[in-house]
Amino acid sequence: MRSLFRFLLRNYFLMMFLALETISLVMIVNLNNYQRVNFFNSSNDLTGAINEKYSSFDDYFTLGRTNARLAADNASLRKQLQLMMLQQEKYPKTRPDTVDAPAYVFTSAKVISNSTNKQFNYITLNKGSRQGIKPDMGIINSEGVVGVITNVSANYSTGLSLLNKRLMGISAKITRNNYSGALVWDGEHFNTADLKEIPFNVMVNVGDSVVTSSNSGIFPEGIMIGKITKYDVESGTNFFNIKVELSTNFKTLKYVEVVQNTKHAELKKLELNNVGE
Amino acid sequence: MIKDFGKYIIMFVVLVLVQVLILNNIQFSGFINPYVYILFILLLPFTIPGYLLLGLSFILGLSIDMFNNTPGIHAGATVLLGFMRPGIARLVSSREIIEKGNTPNMTQLGFASFLKYVVISVLVHHLFLFYAEAFSFRDFFETFLRFILSSIFSIVIILASQFIVFKN
Repeated sequence: MRSLFRFLLRNYFLMMFLALETISLVMIVNLNNYQRVNFFNSSNDLTGAINEKYSSFDDYFTLGRTNARLAADNASLRKQLQLMMLQQEKYPKTRPDTVDAPAYVFTSAKVISNSTNKQFNYITLNKGSRQGIKPDMGIINSEGVVGVITNVSANYSTGLSLLNKRLMGISAKITRNNYSGALVWDGEHFNTADLKEIPFNVMVNVGDSVVTSSNSGIFPEGIMIGKITKYDVESGTNFFNIKVELSTNFKTLKYVEVVQNTKHAELKKLELNNVGE
Repeated sequence: MIKDFGKYIIMFVVLVLVQVLILNNIQFSGFINPYVYILFILLLPFTIPGYLLLGLSFILGLSIDMFNNTPGIHAGATVLLGFMRPGIARLVSSREIIEKGNTPNMTQLGFASFLKYVVISVLVHHLFLFYAEAFSFRDFFETFLRFILSSIFSIVIILASQFIVFKN
């Protein structure tokens, strides 16, 4: 036994080598298939932290390339987003899908100029007759009604904003009871308007939605206009004086949709025949 | 001695980090993969006790294994190198230099002896490493090519580092 120890002690270098090499070989044979699962899980926290530090340091050298790629990504995403936004504006949830509905065509446009602080507010769009814009088309966006086109040039068009007292009433109705009236801006605030011509025997509640009716032929039926905030009976008349809070935020207008009723001419002609008789 | 101890700890850390963060990312055409961290074993003093030499070799290999997720492969190679190192040292240099307790660097050994020392050490280490990594002799010649090319690259880098870093 003692001689064995002496032998081991004398040859400890060889023995230690064989031991360590055996450990290594056992690890090679046993662990390499499962290395990532069960080897050094705790100590890989250390190596992981070091690698993460290094990569955060390494990131600085690729900042330029990363930025360029991000910018390109952003551009393509923004393009997609814009497409989707326009698509969403084309198909608001409130629009009915019936066979009898007039065929409306929508053209996207960007608001170039817009005012909210005057009594007669106008809106200018970046599309004109070349893009098929004509007078008497409606302007809407995803939030609600914006205005009506009045003048068209080759590439631009201007229209009356809903916030314009010359806009002689948009045909509007209360969704709860389908009574329709005329919506006129009160000239006081950029997000309130008056709903006229609703008879006082009608049930009206604060919070009722007001949407476009099908009477005008300018807007599709059911485009959001706003919500009733207040109502009272005008003295000496049979009509309510209803205050409507507009759903469109005219301060932040950016992209709008121009609505064309392709049957508008036919409608007008028919109605003129009635007048002639 | 304590000063040397600190020096070797720093060298250990620096070499492991250089290996895993920089050199492991260099893989020319999938063949050349230099392993320079063994410089730590090569530069340990001649008179280092055997258990320390083997123990440090094992720890060094294991450290690299931890980063590479290759349990045992580098440890086996470094332990083999640690075991062979006294023999290689005796082969390339004279008894006087070894017994003086010097570190086996280029100024002590001279360029020719140091070159021999490095070449033999790298070949021993890499031979074990690449075949343990492949773990079969099926692609024997492909593994051999990787072994040779990587060895050349490792030797060049080790010698260059001696000229640049440890010149004085």
